[in-house]
Amino acid sequence: MTAPSATSIGRKPSTMAQALSRALRDAMAADPAVHVLGEDVGTLGGVFRITDGLAKEFGADRVTDTPLAEAGILGTAVGMAMYGLRPVVEMQFDAFAYPSLEQLISHVARMRNRTRGALPLPITIRVPYGGGIGGVEHHSDSSEAYYLHTPGLHVVTPATVADAYGLLHSAIASDDPVVFLEPKRLYWSKADWSADAPQEVLPLGRAAVRRTGSSATLITYGPSLPVCLEAAELAVAEGWDLEVVDLRSLMPFDDETVCTSVRRTGRAVVVHESSGFGGAGAEIAARVTERCFHHLEAPVLRVAGFDIPYPPPMLERHHLPSADRILDTVARLQWEEN
Amino acid sequence: MAVLEQPGTTDHPNTPPPDWHPRTDPDPLLPERAPYRVLGTPTASRLDPALLRRLYAELVRGRRYNRQATALTQQGRLAVYPSSTGQEACQIAAALALDPQDWLFPSYRDTLAVVARGVEPLEALTLLRGDWHNGYDPHIHRVAPLCTPLATQLPHAVGLAHAARLKGDDTVALALVGDGGTSEGDFHEALNFAAVWQAPVVFLVQNNGFAISVPLEKQSAAPSFAHKAVGYGMPGRLVDGNDAPAVYEVLIEALRRARSGGGPTLIEAVTYRIDAHTNADDATRYREQAEVERWRAHDPIALLERELRDRTLIDDEGIREAEAAAEAMAAKLRDEMNTDPVLDPMELFEHVYAERTTQLAEQAAQLSAELDAEEEGSPYPESQER
Ligand SMILES: Cc1ncc(C[n+]2csc(CCOP(=O)(O)OP(=O)(O)O)c2C)c(N)n1
Repeated sequence: MTAPSATSIGRKPSTMAQALSRALRDAMAADPAVHVLGEDVGTLGGVFRITDGLAKEFGADRVTDTPLAEAGILGTAVGMAMYGLRPVVEMQFDAFAYPSLEQLISHVARMRNRTRGALPLPITIRVPYGGGIGGVEHHSDSSEAYYLHTPGLHVVTPATVADAYGLLHSAIASDDPVVFLEPKRLYWSKADWSADAPQEVLPLGRAAVRRTGSSATLITYGPSLPVCLEAAELAVAEGWDLEVVDLRSLMPFDDETVCTSVRRTGRAVVVHESSGFGGAGAEIAARVTERCFHHLEAPVLRVAGFDIPYPPPMLERHHLPSADRILDTVARLQWEEN
Repeated sequence: MAVLEQPGTTDHPNTPPPDWHPRTDPDPLLPERAPYRVLGTPTASRLDPALLRRLYAELVRGRRYNRQATALTQQGRLAVYPSSTGQEACQIAAALALDPQDWLFPSYRDTLAVVARGVEPLEALTLLRGDWHNGYDPHIHRVAPLCTPLATQLPHAVGLAHAARLKGDDTVALALVGDGGTSEGDFHEALNFAAVWQAPVVFLVQNNGFAISVPLEKQSAAPSFAHKAVGYGMPGRLVDGNDAPAVYEVLIEALRRARSGGGPTLIEAVTYRIDAHTNADDATRYREQAEVERWRAHDPIALLERELRDRTLIDDEGIREAEAAAEAMAAKLRDEMNTDPVLDPMELFEHVYAERTTQLAEQAAQLSAELDAEEEGSPYPESQER
């Protein structure tokens, strides 16, 4: 049975920003332990308006405009979590989370382990991330590799409107800390999704096959998903039928979905916009190679941002993986006919 | 009169612990109780007319700059602009108080200070236009890049000042920060280092009432930002940030102290951000228009103009001259900004390291091939050969 489509009941499509807002609101309504804190999250509703309306509905004690200090925001969240609360903190932009890395790496990620499970920290750290929005310096970083290299953290990133709801819901419900990376350039992407319909809650750590295909697998996540889907459509004309896997969660990592796909197609390209060297793609390519070696027709390739500081707005298009760059890479997967 | 017994001042058993001795006397470090002002006070009459005229011309130019830059965002020529209208006096008087060998460490809103220091108006906008991250050579005017991660430039200023002192130079660093930025850990660390090292550095907090939407009362519970100085063992000064000669005087005194080995100073300039946080912000979501109007009535340019007119140091003709000069600057800036910058994407690989790594060389070759293919109109290069 399929749900009625948006048009059939005259609904307006929703944006990822709205889905995230709604997930926060539902979590706060369901559990009084959920508190939101960050810079400008209260009266203003956040610079991306994700927390819009929450302060009005739940009050300033639960939706708090903090002083401007990211280490303080995350550090106090640790104490709040130790006392039984479930903080959801907002970092205003990717690069402005860096002052909080001391708290994140030295405490948030390892408190459970250090205390033999006595002090879990159910903290969600929401980080608007990535480029493609014409942001000036420090407003377009993709920092997932730093988080991924820190055991004890979950790292999650939605690429669709429905996932934004389902994954944020599960992130807040998780008893472990979750770095929740929100692709800025997808905030205003729209889909047939309604806050009024029953929502799908997504367990963390399950990848999704967004497009089935038989020639090769594109493995991606977050902001690069639409680019991969575009590339897959263009590839049809070249005679390639590409499968697209959206990881959704980088940690936990869904080896099974990824490897099932690659074993079937025999070829894989990992796509992400953060720098390639030491990036998430390196880990993914290694895992796929280790697990699927005998099924592979070609080495696992990567399409990533260059190994440079994120470019200024007028040059960012040269840095970001494009459909063309993906197709160029697919072409190098040792096809017999060519 | 009741006299409170001070511990350690009598034979009372409450004698100090071993080796304890009073350290810095906090009283001389305390800031004034109300922001220091010159304009409209009797002391104004001793102000140097040439200085006042210069400040006036620069403030008028600064305001015009803000207006021009904001207009350029509307025309899509600038990605974003954080206007400092209302804060011209803090930024410009502070920059003009510096000696040529001094260094300025600006925050992202401080374009006017950067321009007042001598940087080309166009070059000060490179970051916000988006063609590169910084548009000027910091060595030429001794201006560090406009700094976006808040308060992170403050330790840099301390380190530079410290290095200059070790070398025996009489260089002072002036570091600018907003009220919000004082909450960051780097603010604390910078002030502590500066005081412990007695570094020749001056910190200027422009307290403009807001950090985006967050008002003062949610930012700090201190009696003033200037009071924070006392805890670090440096003097604090509180000044009316819309009174240009007052800012100038307080800066000159702090710079002189720093230069002569007297250590750092923390200055709070009380001012107001008249415009929204940036052109992309909607300030009506978090503040009352009446508050804005109260500050408009305490306008830095109007205050200065009144003084100049009262003392007949300027007439209508002088004002027209200042405005014409500002207009000429704006027209030139507009023309320059309406010309698309010539960008070479290959520059992305140029400055990452002193010597390009083999990996970057490969990536540069890839982009170069893509650009060639783009010119030839092929959707993706080289795929056929491989
Ligand atoms: C470390 C860091 N966190 C967050 C931001 C995002 N941000 C940019 S401006 C701003 C408010 C700054 O307020 P304030 O320091 O008072 O300076 P003002 O904007 O008033 O000049 C914030 C939160 C940032 N640039 N850097």
